[in-house]
Amino acid sequence: MSGQPFIVSASPHVHSERTSEKLMYDVVIALIPVFLVSLYVFGINAFIATAAAVVSCILFEYLIQRYILKSSVTIGDGSALITGILLAFNLPAGIPIWMIVIGSLVAIGVAKLSFGGLGYNIFNPALVGRVFLLVSFPVEMTLWPTAVENNTTLVDAVTGATTLGLIKEGVQFGQTMSEISAQLPSAMDMFYGITAGSIGEMSALALLVGGVFLIVRKVISWHIPVTVLVTIAIMTGIFWLIDPEQYASPLIHVLSGGAILGAFFMATDLVTSPVTKKGMVVFAIGIGVITVVIRLWGAYPEGISFAILIMNAFVPLINSYFKPRRFGSKIKAKII
Amino acid sequence: MLRTFPKGGIHPPENKLTSSKPIKRLPLPKVVYVPISQHIGIPAEIIVDRKDKVEIGQVIAKSGGFVSSNIHAPVAGTVTKLDKIVDTRGYKKQCIVIRTDAKNESNLEEIEYPLRKEIELEPEEILQRISDYGIVGLGGATFPSHVKLQIKEGKKLDCLIINGVECEPYLTADHRLMLEHSEEILVGIRILMHALHVDRAIIGIENNKRDAIDLFKKLTTNESGIQIAALKVKYPQGGEKQLVRALLKREVPKNGLPLDVGVVVHNVGTVYAIYQAVQHNRPLLERVVTVTGKKLDQPSNFWVKIGTPISDLIDAVGGVPENTRKIVSGGPMMGMALKNMDVPVTKGTSGILVISEDEASRGAPKNCIRCGECVDVCPMGLEPHLLMNLSEKGMYEKASQEDILTCIECGSCSYVCPSHRPLLDYIRFGKSIVKQLETKSA
Repeated sequence: MSGQPFIVSASPHVHSERTSEKLMYDVVIALIPVFLVSLYVFGINAFIATAAAVVSCILFEYLIQRYILKSSVTIGDGSALITGILLAFNLPAGIPIWMIVIGSLVAIGVAKLSFGGLGYNIFNPALVGRVFLLVSFPVEMTLWPTAVENNTTLVDAVTGATTLGLIKEGVQFGQTMSEISAQLPSAMDMFYGITAGSIGEMSALALLVGGVFLIVRKVISWHIPVTVLVTIAIMTGIFWLIDPEQYASPLIHVLSGGAILGAFFMATDLVTSPVTKKGMVVFAIGIGVITVVIRLWGAYPEGISFAILIMNAFVPLINSYFKPRRFGSKIKAKII
Repeated sequence: MLRTFPKGGIHPPENKLTSSKPIKRLPLPKVVYVPISQHIGIPAEIIVDRKDKVEIGQVIAKSGGFVSSNIHAPVAGTVTKLDKIVDTRGYKKQCIVIRTDAKNESNLEEIEYPLRKEIELEPEEILQRISDYGIVGLGGATFPSHVKLQIKEGKKLDCLIINGVECEPYLTADHRLMLEHSEEILVGIRILMHALHVDRAIIGIENNKRDAIDLFKKLTTNESGIQIAALKVKYPQGGEKQLVRALLKREVPKNGLPLDVGVVVHNVGTVYAIYQAVQHNRPLLERVVTVTGKKLDQPSNFWVKIGTPISDLIDAVGGVPENTRKIVSGGPMMGMALKNMDVPVTKGTSGILVISEDEASRGAPKNCIRCGECVDVCPMGLEPHLLMNLSEKGMYEKASQEDILTCIECGSCSYVCPSHRPLLDYIRFGKSIVKQLETKSA
C-alpha cells in the first residue's frame, strides 16, 4: 500500500447533498419576491431597514461569539442573515434605524445566543426582536407608511392604519363592518400588496410564491402554514357567520396582519417548531387559535407574532407527546 | 402502484455501475485466508492442522453448535498456518491459511452442472444438507440458514419471501445472479417451499431491475405458488422487516422475527447456494462479489472463492486508482471501511467499494437544527436526533425506553442530516452500552 492510509469510519459512507447552509439559503431565495414587492411599495426605506437589520444581526452574532462567548463564529451558516431579513420584514418601513439595531441585538443576543446559539433557541429570534420593539416603542412600531405612492423619503410618507387596525378601531367605536369596510383596501389589493403594514407582509401573492418554493424544495412541509391559515379562516369564519356586522370576514383575516408571512416563514422556523408532522399540526392549530383570540378580543389588532412565540414555548412538550409510531408496536405513540 | 414500506426510507443515487456486466470468474488465488467465524453465532472449530493437505470442499472447521456453520476448504492445497487476521468487521479472528495447489485439477475445473429440477430429498434431508454444506444468509447478515428453516412447534408459516431487493447503491451481485441463474433460483425456491411445507413464495425485486423482474415473470407464467413483486426503489427495503411490510402489509412485532407473522425470508444468493448444495452436493465455496467505484477502470462482478484477499479483487479491476481514500466491504450505506486490502472475502461479502478522496471524508458536524429529517426517514419510527443526544449524555435508561435497540442501523438518518451529525455512530455506541446493561441486570 502506498501513499496515505485509508480512512476507516463507520457507515454510511455516502451523504446526501443537502446541508443546513443550503436550507438557509433556500429560505433567503424564497424571500426575494417579498423583498422586491417591498422595494416597489416602500422604495429605498425598505432597502435601508432590511440592510440595517441584516448587517446588525450578523455583526452582533460575530461580536458576541468572538469577544463574549469566545466560541467559533458561525455567521456563515446563513441563520443570522435570515433572522435579520425576517426581523426587518416584520417592521414598518419608516422605523428609525437605531430601533432596528436594538431589535437585532435582542433577537441575536437574547433570543438566540444566550440560549446556546443555532438549534438551542426556544423562541423564534426575529419575533422576539419584533415583539420587544412593539412593546417598547408602540408608537413608532405602528406608524405604517401607506402604499399610495412610492415614497422615497420619510418626510413625505403618509401614514395610515393597517386593515386590522382599522377594523379594531372601528369596532371599538361601535361602527358596523359595513361602515368600516368602506375604508378598507379590497381583497385583491391585499392579495397583490397595495395596503398598509410591515415591510414583508404586503403581498400575499409574493409570500405564497416564496412559501410554495420552500415546500417544493422540501425545506418546510405544508403542515404548519396550511393548518395555521385554515384554523384562522375557520375560526374567524364562524364568528363572521354569527355576526357579519361585528366581525370581519375570514378572507380579510387570512390576507392581513402578517398571517401569511407568519404561517409560511415565522412559524415554520425549523429550530422552534415541532419535529413530527402530527406535532406540527397541533402546534399550528394552537397558533391559529391564539392569533384569532388576540385579534378579536385582545388589545392588539394583529396577533400572530405573540401566538407563534407562545406556541414556541410548547414545542418541547409537543415533541415529547407526539412521537412517531414505532415500527412493530401495536399501541399508538407511547405517552411519557 | 409499486409496493413499498410506508414509513421512512431514502433514495440515494443508485450508481449501479456494474448491472450489465456478466459475472466473471476471478483467477484462482495463490493463498486463501478462511476465517472460522464467517457467520453470526458460535465460531466453527478447526479440525485441520499445519501442513495438512486439503481437498476442495473438505470440511476444515466444524460447526460449533446449533447456531453455527461448517467451513469448507474453498480450494485444494496445503494448510500453511493457523493464524489471526483482521476480518471485514475490523476484529482479529482466527483463520486457516491454505496455499493453493495450482497443479491440482479440481481447482481448475469450471463445473457447469446441468439444471436439475426434480427434488428428491425429504425436508429433513434438505435441512441436513443445508446445515452440512455451510449455507448462511448471503445478503450480509450471515445467519446460518438451517436455523431459519427449523420452524418451532406452534409457529404458523404461510409464506416464503425471497429477497432480491438489493437496495444498497452500487451493488449488483444479486441482480446479476438473478439474471444469469434464474432457473436455479426458482428450483432453490421450490426446495425451500418443500422443506418448509409452504405453498406460497414471493420474490421481491426493486423496480430498477426490470430485466430480472420480467425474466422471472416469464419463467413463472405456468408455475403456481411463486409470485414476482416489483417494488418501488427505496432504501432500506432489503431489510427483512421492511420487505415483509412492503410485500404482505404485515408488521413484524418489536423485538420479533418474520416468523412471528408467518414468514421466512431468504436472500436470492442464499437460495442459489441452497440449490447447489441440495441438487449438486456443492458446499458454499464461492460467492458473487461486485467490485465497484466511480474511479475504477473496469468495475466488475466476480465469482470469488471464499478467503480470497481483497487485494486480488482490486488487482483484477485494474488496481487501486489514484486518490483512493476508502475501501468498503459491502455497500455504501451499511458496509465496513477497511484498514487495508489484506482482508479476505467471506460468506457475507457482497461487494467491495472503492471511494476516492472527494467522497471519502465526512462534513464537519454542526448543531442540530431540529429539521426532523432523521425522524421522517427512520424506517423504524425512531427519533435518531433524540437517541444520539441521549447516548451522548449517557442517559441509557431513557434511550432504552425510546427503543434504541430496535434500530436496524440502516444509516438513513446520518445520510440525510443536513448538519452532518454522526447520528448512527452515537446510536450504535448507545445500543452497545444498553445491551451490556440489560444483560448484566438480566
